[in-house]
Amino acid sequence: MTTSQPTSQSISNPMLSSNTARAIAAHAILITYTIIALFPVVVIVINSFKSRNAIFRSPLSPPNSETFSLIGYETVIKQGDFLLYFQNSLTVTIISLTMVLFFGAMAAFALAEYRFKLNLLTGLYLALGIMIPIRLGTVAILQMMVASGLVNTLTALILVYTAQGLPLAIFILSEFMQGISDDLKNAGRIDGLSEYRIFLRLVLPLVRPAMATVAVFTMIPIWNDLWFPLILAPAEEVKTVTLGAQVFIGQFVTNWNAVLASLSLAIVPVLILYLIFSKQLIKGITSGAVK
Amino acid sequence: MKRNSLKLMLLASTIMGAATATHAADVTLTIESWRNDDLAIWQEKIIPAFEADNPGIKIKFTPSAPAEYNAVLNSKLEAGSAGDLITCRPFDTSLALYNNGHLASLADLEGMSNFSAVAKSAWITDDGSHPFCVPMASVIHGFIYNAEALEDAGVKVPTTEAEFFAALDAIKAKGNYIPMSMGTADQWEAATMGYNNIGPNYWKGEEGRNALIAGTQKLTDEGWVAPYRALAKWKDYLGDGFEAQSYPDSQNLFTLGRAAIYPAGSWEISGFNANASFKMGAFIPPVQNAGDECHISDHTDIAIGMNAKTENAAAAKTFLNWVASSEFAKIYANALPGFFPLSSAPVALEDPLAQEFISWRSKCKSTIRSTYQILSRGTPNLETETWNASAQVIKGAETPEAAGKRLQDGLASWYKPQQ
Amino acid sequence: MEEKSHKPPFRSHILVFLAPAFLIYTSFMVIPLFGTLQMSLYSQIDGVQKFVGLANFATLFGDERWAQSFWNALVNNTWFFVIHMLVQNPIGILLAALLSSNKLRMRAFYRTSIFIPTILSFVIVGFAWKLILSPLWGVAPSMLDAIGLKSLFAPWLGKEEYALTTLALISVWQFVGIPMMLIYAAMLSIPDEVLEAAECDGLSGNAQFWKIKLPLILPSIGIISILTFVGNFNAFDLIYSAQGALAGPNYSTDVLGTFMFRTFFGFQLQLGDPNMGSAIASAMFFIILCGVSIYLFGIQTRLRRYQF
Repeated sequence: MTTSQPTSQSISNPMLSSNTARAIAAHAILITYTIIALFPVVVIVINSFKSRNAIFRSPLSPPNSETFSLIGYETVIKQGDFLLYFQNSLTVTIISLTMVLFFGAMAAFALAEYRFKLNLLTGLYLALGIMIPIRLGTVAILQMMVASGLVNTLTALILVYTAQGLPLAIFILSEFMQGISDDLKNAGRIDGLSEYRIFLRLVLPLVRPAMATVAVFTMIPIWNDLWFPLILAPAEEVKTVTLGAQVFIGQFVTNWNAVLASLSLAIVPVLILYLIFSKQLIKGITSGAVK
Repeated sequence: MKRNSLKLMLLASTIMGAATATHAADVTLTIESWRNDDLAIWQEKIIPAFEADNPGIKIKFTPSAPAEYNAVLNSKLEAGSAGDLITCRPFDTSLALYNNGHLASLADLEGMSNFSAVAKSAWITDDGSHPFCVPMASVIHGFIYNAEALEDAGVKVPTTEAEFFAALDAIKAKGNYIPMSMGTADQWEAATMGYNNIGPNYWKGEEGRNALIAGTQKLTDEGWVAPYRALAKWKDYLGDGFEAQSYPDSQNLFTLGRAAIYPAGSWEISGFNANASFKMGAFIPPVQNAGDECHISDHTDIAIGMNAKTENAAAAKTFLNWVASSEFAKIYANALPGFFPLSSAPVALEDPLAQEFISWRSKCKSTIRSTYQILSRGTPNLETETWNASAQVIKGAETPEAAGKRLQDGLASWYKPQQ
Repeated sequence: MEEKSHKPPFRSHILVFLAPAFLIYTSFMVIPLFGTLQMSLYSQIDGVQKFVGLANFATLFGDERWAQSFWNALVNNTWFFVIHMLVQNPIGILLAALLSSNKLRMRAFYRTSIFIPTILSFVIVGFAWKLILSPLWGVAPSMLDAIGLKSLFAPWLGKEEYALTTLALISVWQFVGIPMMLIYAAMLSIPDEVLEAAECDGLSGNAQFWKIKLPLILPSIGIISILTFVGNFNAFDLIYSAQGALAGPNYSTDVLGTFMFRTFFGFQLQLGDPNMGSAIASAMFFIILCGVSIYLFGIQTRLRRYQF
C-alpha cells in the first residue's frame, strides 16, 4: 500500500485534466443509465399513489391534492393479510436461499476440487436443470407433495425452489472455485485441516462475492414466482406476496391501484435483501484480497 | 402403539361424531374458480346466503389467476389436490375434464331440471345423457355507447349497418371522441367483441352455426366472410395506435369518456357502472338491412360442477342444487349485472343497462359463439385462429377473403364433415 | 481419515459434499422433469397413453403447421438472444467497468439503481412498459414530442416488425443488472498488484481495460454469455405477461417458451397437449444442451488459459 500511493500520484498528476474528464464522462454515462433504469420504476411508484382515472389521464404527473389517493394501499390492507404474505414470502425465500447457497457451494466444491471418476458427468448432470423449465414437472411435483401431505405448506415451496436454484448455483460457484489457488488449500492440508474445514474456513470466505451474486440471482425468481404458490400452496395461511397481489388481477377488471400498491410494496424486502448481499459482495472481495 | 391409540381416538371421535351428527364439525367445500373479479361478491353475498340456509356446510371461494386457471386446475386435478367444486368453462375444456374422470356426472341432480336444453348444452356429453356442470350464467354481446358522445355528434342509436357506419363517420367528423374503443393487441377482443359480436346477423345465428358443424356451410361462404368485411372497415374508427391497445386500455379509454362506442360483452356492465361518470346505453349489433331479423350472441359462459374425487359429495350436491335454484340466480344476476342467469325461472334485474341487454332475448334470436362447440377440438384450433384472423383483418394485414380461406383450410385439415 | 486426503482409495467427503444437492435436485427436479420429457414419446390414443416412438417429433418437424410454428419460434428466439448479446452484455460490461474504476463516487447508488429493474416482477414490468409505450396514455409520444421526434413514434408493441425487438429491449432493460453484477465482481477480484503493475507500465484508462482487465474477465464474460443463452432460450414470462399466450401480433413475438407452454398447458379452447408440449420441450432441451456443451467443452477450456 505504502509503495503504491506515490506511484499512482506521480502518474496521475500530469494527467489530472484527462482524469477529471474521464470521471465526468463516467458519471454522465452512469447517470443517464440510472435514469433509464429508474424511470419506469418511478412511474409505477407515483401511480400507486393516484386514483385510477388519474393514472390513465396523465400517467407521468406526480400525485397532487386532487389525484392523490391511497385507495390502492387501503384495498391491499383490507383484502387479505398482507403482513402474513410478506412473512411467508420472506420465510420461503430466505430458507431456500440458504439451502441453495450452502448445498450448492458444497457440491460446487466437490466438483471443482476433486478429480474423481464421473466428475464431468456429475457436473453436466447437475447443470441439466438450468436447461429445462422446472414448471414442466409440475404435475409430478404436485403428486409428490400430495402423497407426502406437503400441499399448502411452505416446505413444499422451499423444496422446489431449492431444487430449482441449485443447478445455476453449482454452475456459477464451481466456475469461481476453480479459480482459487491450490497453494492455499494445500497449505491447509499440510496443517492437518480436514476437507470439511478447508471448505468452511478457507474456500467459503474466498467465494463470498460469487455467493452474494448467486444469492441475488436465486432470490429474484423465487420472490417473484407465481406458478408454484398457485399450485402447491394457494391456501390463505401460506400465500406469498406475489400470489396475494394476483387477486387484484381479474378476468375482465383489474384493480390497478391495488396491483401497483401491492407490488410496489413487494419491491422493498427484495431490495433490502439485495443491499445486504451486495454489501457482502464488497466485504468479501476486500477480505479476500487481504489473504 | 402410538399409532393404534391414535386410530382408536379417531374411531371414537367418528362414532361420537355420528351420534351427535348435528354438532359434528362443519364440512368445508372449496370452490376452484378463475373469477378473481367475484371474490367480494362471493364472500359478502353468495356464501352468507347459502350458509344461512345450510348450517353445517361452509364454503370457501378460492379463485386463481384467470390466465392460469386451466393449467392450474388441470395440474391440481391430476394430482388430486383440487377443490370440491369446480367452476366450468363452456364446452370442450370442461368436457375433457368429464371424459378424464375429473368431473362427476350430474344426471341425477334434481336442480338440473330448472334448465333448458340450450342452457345445459355447453356442459353435457355429446350424446346429451350426462350433464356435468350446473349452468350459472351467460353473457350477451352488443355495443355500449356514451350517450353524451352520440348527442354531441347529433346521431341516433344505429340499428342497421349503414346507420352504424354513418354514426361512426359523424362522430369522427365532429372530432371530440374516438369513434370506437377497441384494440387488436390482445386479439381476443377482435374475435369476441368484433367477429362473434356482429357475426350472428350475417350467418343467421344458430342456422349458420349448425350448418358449419354439419359441414353444409364453409367459412369461405358469404355469411362467414361478410362480418370480416365489416370488421375491415372498423380500422378507420379506432384510436391512434390501436395495434398496441390492450383490453384494459380499451376499457379505460371508454370509461374515461374519450371514446363514443364500445363493442362489448355484457360482463362490462358492473365495471363500467363503477368507473364511467356519463350516461350509457346499449344497442343490438346492427342488422344489414332495416327490418332484418336480428341475432345476438347469448353465450353460455360459466357453470359449476363437482370434483369426481370429492369426499364431500353430499354437501357438494346440496350446494349445486342451491346454485340451480332461483334464489342463487337472483343474488348472482343482481350482484353481477351482465352475467345473466340461465335457469328457466325469470329473474328480475335491477340494473338498467343489464335490463336493456336481457330485453334483446325477446327481440332477437339467440345463438352462441360460432367456434365454441365441437369446431375447436382439433389443431389448428379454430377459436385461436379466429382471434388471429380477426385482428389481422382489422389491421388490414389480411383480406377478409384470405382470412376466410385460411380458417376454412385449417378447419378442413382435421374436421371430417368439412373435408 | 482426513489426513489421507492426498490419494485416498475412497474419499467419503466427496459424497458428503455432493449428497444434499444431489438428492434434492434429483427428487424435485430431475425425476419430475424426465417423467414429463418421456411423455414426448407417447401419444393419447382413445384416452390411453400409447408409446409412439418419435412420431411426435415427426409431427413437430414434418407437419407443415407445427414446423412453421416451431421455426418461427426458433428464429424469433435467436433474434431475442442476439439482441441480448449485442446490447445487454456490452452495456453490462461498460457499466461494470465504470463502476469498478477507482475513486468513483456514488458507486453504491448507481449499482443499486441499475439493479432495481432486475428485482421487479414481470407483472410490474409488463404494466409499466405497456403504459409508457402505449399510444393512448401519452408517455412515450409526449416525451418524443418534447424533443421534436414525435414522428418516430409508433405503437411498437402492436406492430409485427417491431414488437419482438421492443420486448427484447425491455428484457435487456430488466436484466442488464445481472451481467453488470457478475462482471463487477470479476473486476473487483482482479488483484491490485496486477493493476499497479500495469500503471507502472503506463497503462491506464482505456488501454488498461482492453489489455489487462478484459482478458482477465473473459471467463466471466463466458459465463454471462452462456447464462444469457440459457435464459433467453427458456424465456417465457415477459412475453407471456406483455403479449399474452398467443405472443401477438400474429405470433411475431412467439419464442420457444411461449410456444411450448401454450401447447403443453393449453390455451383458451385449445386443450393442453402434454405429449406435443413435451416434444417441444425436448427439442428446446436439445438446443440448450448443445449450446452448453459447446461452452463447457470448447469455449470454457480455452478461456481458462488466460486465468492467472
